[in-house]
Amino acid sequence: MTAVIQTPPTRLDVLRRLFRNRTVLIAALVLSVIALLAIFAPLVAPYDPDALSIVNRFQSPSLAHPFGTDEFGRDVLSRAIYAGRVSLLVSAAVVVFAGIAGVVMGILAGYFRRLDAVISRFLDAMMAFPDILLAISLVAALGGSLTNVILALGITYTPRLARVVRGTTLVLRELPYIEAAKSMGVPTWRILGGHVLVNLASPILVQATFIFASAMLAEASLSFLGVGASPDVPTWGTMLSTGREYISSAPWLMYFPGLAIVFAVLSLQILGDGLRDLVDPRLAKDL
Amino acid sequence: MGSVTSVILRRLGGMLVVMLAIVTVTFVIVRLTPGDPAAMILGDQATVQDIADLRERMGLDRPILEQYATYVLDAAQGDLGQSLFLGVPVLDAIAGSAETTIFLTLFAILIAVAIALPVGIISAYKRGSVIDQIAVAVSMLASSVPSFWLGLILIQTFAVSLGWFPTSGYGGPGAGFATRMGHLLLPAVALGVVNSALILRFTRAAMLDVLSEDYIRTARAKGMVEKRVVMRHALKNALIPIITVVGLSVALLISGAVVTETVFGLPGIGNLTVNAVMRRDYPVIQGTLLVVAGVYVLINFLVDMLYILVDPRVRL
Repeated sequence: MTAVIQTPPTRLDVLRRLFRNRTVLIAALVLSVIALLAIFAPLVAPYDPDALSIVNRFQSPSLAHPFGTDEFGRDVLSRAIYAGRVSLLVSAAVVVFAGIAGVVMGILAGYFRRLDAVISRFLDAMMAFPDILLAISLVAALGGSLTNVILALGITYTPRLARVVRGTTLVLRELPYIEAAKSMGVPTWRILGGHVLVNLASPILVQATFIFASAMLAEASLSFLGVGASPDVPTWGTMLSTGREYISSAPWLMYFPGLAIVFAVLSLQILGDGLRDLVDPRLAKDL
Repeated sequence: MGSVTSVILRRLGGMLVVMLAIVTVTFVIVRLTPGDPAAMILGDQATVQDIADLRERMGLDRPILEQYATYVLDAAQGDLGQSLFLGVPVLDAIAGSAETTIFLTLFAILIAVAIALPVGIISAYKRGSVIDQIAVAVSMLASSVPSFWLGLILIQTFAVSLGWFPTSGYGGPGAGFATRMGHLLLPAVALGVVNSALILRFTRAAMLDVLSEDYIRTARAKGMVEKRVVMRHALKNALIPIITVVGLSVALLISGAVVTETVFGLPGIGNLTVNAVMRRDYPVIQGTLLVVAGVYVLINFLVDMLYILVDPRVRL
């Protein structure tokens, strides 16, 4: 019998496996396009998003204005491109906040049994609040600004990540190599930082993708309700809020920002599913 | 029987601890306000005396631990304080708005389950087929659509263009049940369709798991009619995860209802909260948070109890 020596997969192998699924590849491409449009908005947007033109008010979609114009004659396509910047930036910041806070809480709860009871009950309580309701209450307390929206959504989504991290840490702490490290006298902070955290990367990445999608939907909801970004700042949510006022006379105002949200969230969900299947193939067959 | 009682008591104890944590979180949220909450509520025009009066009314002038103890004890007795803007007890304000939200949520769950259950079962049964692929793709799409946007599209199509449904409202004070349900149809469809996605995926997954079990193969080998195998043997055993996800969907639905009620101008708890946020009516914000989270925990507890009925193994 010949022994088969398996080398650990490189990052390129992982990416190749991920993108073998054509749907995931398309989702990644759509996301890349949205991100590139947002980054290079000043170069790509056909008009200044804030340029007023009273004579061009409520123009329906045309070659000159593919997404039409709004109540101030501003180009909806240009505003949608710039709005993508804010929506992506806010969602990314929420992921970073929830990522850091969730990892700290999850590791503490999963690794230290004494802290687990307190942290877990707190997480249970936080998870009982519907996300939009909790987020608008937090914004009401903190005051309305984009920074506070990020804080509010970050706090709202921290428990989701913390739960996943706690679950994985509970499994990891019982593994022989962690036991070995402990018995060798490796300091706890090094075990947590060097061994536990490294093995948490995959579940964190998967969960972060889903939180990114949820944060995007939630930010749009908050802006739509008027408790998020200021109405002057173009986000997909504030654009929909304006569109709602002119639903019978200029319905295109709500079509395109809504479609932008759907494309971005759908792509993120497909990518998240693809990553999850890669990390946990047992789930791939079912969900 | 003894084991059932101990399971119920243990879950009840767990629920009470989580409820205490929820009360604590709602207490802390108002204290997150930078500076003085009373000054923030009253705005720039308020005099020092106004602020001092409100601080006293809200109990903010007392030591923090005393404030907390009073808040917990009052909440335990159903006293959620007085609305600063509406001038009525918070619980009354919530009770007045609850009917719309309860009907909207129930209506939406009904629509979600009516879509998700049959499609999820067929999708799992015909795994890998075109029907399955379409069902999975559509459910993925549905879960990516903001319910308020779908609501706007429905208003634009069925209320504005076709004129089949009212654009907003709940039919006025004297409206009959049928009229009110007519007003709820479009918002319930918007919420139900979006939330059917999660239930569909879980139904499909649960059915796929069960359909590969040995006892299903045995039932088929016995020559049992296929419809009976799926409905009697498979669905019955797949019910637990399905019940769980339907229970969990309530939280998602309430989250969606907050925005959907605003879109459709429905006088529900969501609308009450959004208005309270605009007016900085903190007792109402705290109260709705507390009630909604409490209901969610209670539903989870009831779902747990349902497990015990549906699956005897849970009693062990």
